[in-house]
Amino acid sequence: MSFKPSQGAGDVAENGACGAAWVYTDTVKDHFFSPRNVLRDGEAFSADGTGVVGSSACGDMMLVLIKVDSATQTIEALRWRTFGCASAIASTSMMSVMATENGGMTLARAERLKPEEIIERLGGLPDRKFHCSVLGQDALREAVKDYRTHARVS
Amino acid sequence: MIHECYLDHAAGTPLSPRARRAMEEVASFHGNPSSIHRYGREARVVLESARAKIAHILSASPEEIVFTGSGSEADALAVLGVARAHARLGKHIVVSAIEHKAVLKAAQALAKEGFEVTTLSTDSEGYVTPERVAAALRDDTTLVSVMYANNEIGTVEPIADIARAIRARGGRAPLFHTDACQAPGLLPLSVAALGVDLMTINSSKTYGPKGIGALYARKDVRLLPIVEGGSQERGMRAGTESVALAAGFATALAEADAMRETEVKRLIPLRRSFIEGVRLALPDAVVNGSLENRLANNIHVSIPHVEGEALLLMLDAKGIACATGSACNATDLVPSHVLLSIGQSLELAHGSLRFSMGRDTTEETVSYTLFALAEAVRTLRGVSASVAHASP
Repeated sequence: MSFKPSQGAGDVAENGACGAAWVYTDTVKDHFFSPRNVLRDGEAFSADGTGVVGSSACGDMMLVLIKVDSATQTIEALRWRTFGCASAIASTSMMSVMATENGGMTLARAERLKPEEIIERLGGLPDRKFHCSVLGQDALREAVKDYRTHARVS
Repeated sequence: MIHECYLDHAAGTPLSPRARRAMEEVASFHGNPSSIHRYGREARVVLESARAKIAHILSASPEEIVFTGSGSEADALAVLGVARAHARLGKHIVVSAIEHKAVLKAAQALAKEGFEVTTLSTDSEGYVTPERVAAALRDDTTLVSVMYANNEIGTVEPIADIARAIRARGGRAPLFHTDACQAPGLLPLSVAALGVDLMTINSSKTYGPKGIGALYARKDVRLLPIVEGGSQERGMRAGTESVALAAGFATALAEADAMRETEVKRLIPLRRSFIEGVRLALPDAVVNGSLENRLANNIHVSIPHVEGEALLLMLDAKGIACATGSACNATDLVPSHVLLSIGQSLELAHGSLRFSMGRDTTEETVSYTLFALAEAVRTLRGVSASVAHASP
């Protein structure tokens, strides 16, 4: 599957037309070296929903924890951990920003989040890294699904 | 403070000043070496002088050296060229599982042409024993290919012993090819001592220019060319030869071989410090490849709970260049076939790093790299999902 990076962000120029070369945007760099919303060691975060996808055998593993405002059904806060390459770390970080900005996404919106949206915000990823954003979206979906399951039970 | 630490010499080396000068000196020789006028003859002299220099280092004759465009091309020429030329004698070839992809892909192509390929597994250090090779030989085997030193994990193979085992079988012995691209400057290159019939070398890892390699093929070895057209390189490889690249290659190879003993002596304690340093800082890291039979410049480790490409980029930001066998860094998204073949788990293969030292590597390089590596691992483990989250 081939994905063309968005022409919107100014830093897309770095991500070149030559899909095989490993170049990355300033945004990806930023989220890789300064990832947002990481669940730090020793941090207390009581999650309302947890999602785990991938495995270290695959080379990509993501853990997503969400806190949900049950009244508004929006994501209040999100923490994550990722084992994976720079694209995987940047994707999860950007996903966490998108899920929690502007008051937080509704669960319905979060379930509809597409990898292409994450990639667009990142300013583009090399074609072969598309799966990193798919995993980010999957992890978020799993966390929402987990929340909904518990919400039904409790 | 960021230091510049280039530790990827196994992938590419800087052009040595001597090699650069040798190339500059012949830059104006623009004639085609196949032309019989003055300009062609002048170019021809340069080309043949480079060939003779390389042959001398290999203890071979000039007519046994074929220039190619790369080590990969020389590998392809050896494997495809020998197998096809001898197809009437037999259609079985033997390669090791840790060969460079250039050899493995050529073997795959032969399999599609109806050849049978036996792929020899190695032990957990990547070592190919002569016994294992001998056991795989059949009456219809025409070629064996085992690399001199593995480019990833640095294991040096017992080429002379393998050659002896092949000949000891008696009858018509298959031809023996070795990919020696990682050897120049680190291991002796005499084909006579190694007992090989064919050997691949290239320029890009021996402080020469990129874009040229060579295949040694003993004079009575029959080879079918893979690039045909004009009759350059005695019909073995068509295409106008680059005298500048050949001059640079020959000078660089001679220089590297002359420096070999001193360099190896210098590198071995550095390699030891590096490996010991990794073990101290990261006790759960695995060192890959043989420790005794190993390239003097190679350190290869697999680090749990962190991914290789991410590590590589963190180190790059700190001025350190190295390589990884992680799937995420490969265009085909498959982890290193060498690591998988020595039995490493997928998890560990994803966290693998190769450091290959060179002439500019010092004790400072090593200590700075160890410090930066420990820091990078700490940072990445701080975000990693595969580390058990430490609760407050």
